[in-house]
Amino acid sequence: MAGTAVSGRLAWQVARLAAIRQETATARTLVFDIPGWPGHLAGQHVDVRLTAADGYTAQRSYSLAAPAEGGRVELTVQRVPGGEVSEHLTGPYAIGDPVEIRGPIGGWFVWRPADRAPVLLVAGGAGIVPLMAMVRARRAAGSRALFRLVYSLRTPDELYYADELRKPYAGLDITYVYTREMPEGRAGIPRRLDVATLNSAAWPADFEATSYICGPTGFVETAADILLSLGRDPRSIRTERFGPSRD
Amino acid sequence: MGVVTPGFTGRARGDNPRVPPGQYLTEDFPVLSVGPTPRVTTRQWEFAVVTEHGERRSWSWPELLALPSEKFTVDIHCVTQWSKLDTRWRGVRVETLIGDLDTAADYAMAHCYGGYTTNLPLADLLDGQAWIAYEYGGKPLTPEHGGPARLVVPHLYFWKSAKWVRELRLTGKDDPGFWETAGYHDYGDPWREQRYQGD
Repeated sequence: MAGTAVSGRLAWQVARLAAIRQETATARTLVFDIPGWPGHLAGQHVDVRLTAADGYTAQRSYSLAAPAEGGRVELTVQRVPGGEVSEHLTGPYAIGDPVEIRGPIGGWFVWRPADRAPVLLVAGGAGIVPLMAMVRARRAAGSRALFRLVYSLRTPDELYYADELRKPYAGLDITYVYTREMPEGRAGIPRRLDVATLNSAAWPADFEATSYICGPTGFVETAADILLSLGRDPRSIRTERFGPSRD
Repeated sequence: MGVVTPGFTGRARGDNPRVPPGQYLTEDFPVLSVGPTPRVTTRQWEFAVVTEHGERRSWSWPELLALPSEKFTVDIHCVTQWSKLDTRWRGVRVETLIGDLDTAADYAMAHCYGGYTTNLPLADLLDGQAWIAYEYGGKPLTPEHGGPARLVVPHLYFWKSAKWVRELRLTGKDDPGFWETAGYHDYGDPWREQRYQGD
């Protein structure tokens, strides 16, 4: 279970906003220039630090949304109402503005292009971000590892990376689960991720796939419990949870 | 001082002396784990302390509940930057469990149901600094928060407070655990912001 060892101190590096892509009404992808970025694995995250003029700082962790392209690094930030950092990054933060970033961090919730095993990605809402980095890393590497993505979202308006995901791509199957509102013209009624959906979307147990689940705590708990009940080895299921739990 | 981000003023001013640098307060109780939540029934549950000589002492669930316990209220700090004040627990002090076991170990490795591990200096587990906790907020500890029982070491970042703890192995050598192998700090003092190796 050993991960990527990080040697030496993880230094803060100055990153400047190079481009913005609006994903939804409340989420945007920030493309940064970070000269000398060491590269990272799909699924890793970074710490972002904002500093006010009087020296006050606030920092948060964000998943990397794509493989690095030289010194270009992408994060997708969802606005959290009242979120001190996310409201700035999805609001006043403008092209050319600096922040400090350090990373990459995390060596467990990662996919490496050398991995050949089939992959199941299960995303709840903004949990798509590190999983999209895996989809993109697979493409960039020309990997033929079989990928399936189950993407649960409340409404069609909340779909991240819509243009990219709509393009068919060999070896990547996508199942969308809409929990509040269906897209126009699509049959069925909104519902939550359930056993039947995951059973047909997940790889058969004997494929020895690796499953990556990312989303709000309750969603991750549900998805992981379903995979366990379907006989998957707990060691093949990797999780990343965010947001509050019920208690 | 770091590089100023234009227009950022900040709101969650760290005026509270109980909040370590770089942390923000949360009322929620976020959950972070590396895999599925292990479902360990109290019937299956067992906890053991193993010394560096291989001496092993173990407790079943009823045996743990029969030990002297205490209620404690502590502040907790996660490396992902949230802190939570005045969390209420009940558990058994680690020194009660170690008791008169013959050990000269300097370190402990916590092993968990599900395979997670984390390393700590043994001194940080003694003198009322650490508990095997089985109640949170007056109720049994839920599985997603580490139930039936977890280690609670509030003065270190919370990844050291291993959930679903199964065994404490006492050792003379400080080997890295799960996150420590993946680049996180060996000790993890929130007040010194020891998040990652080299901090």
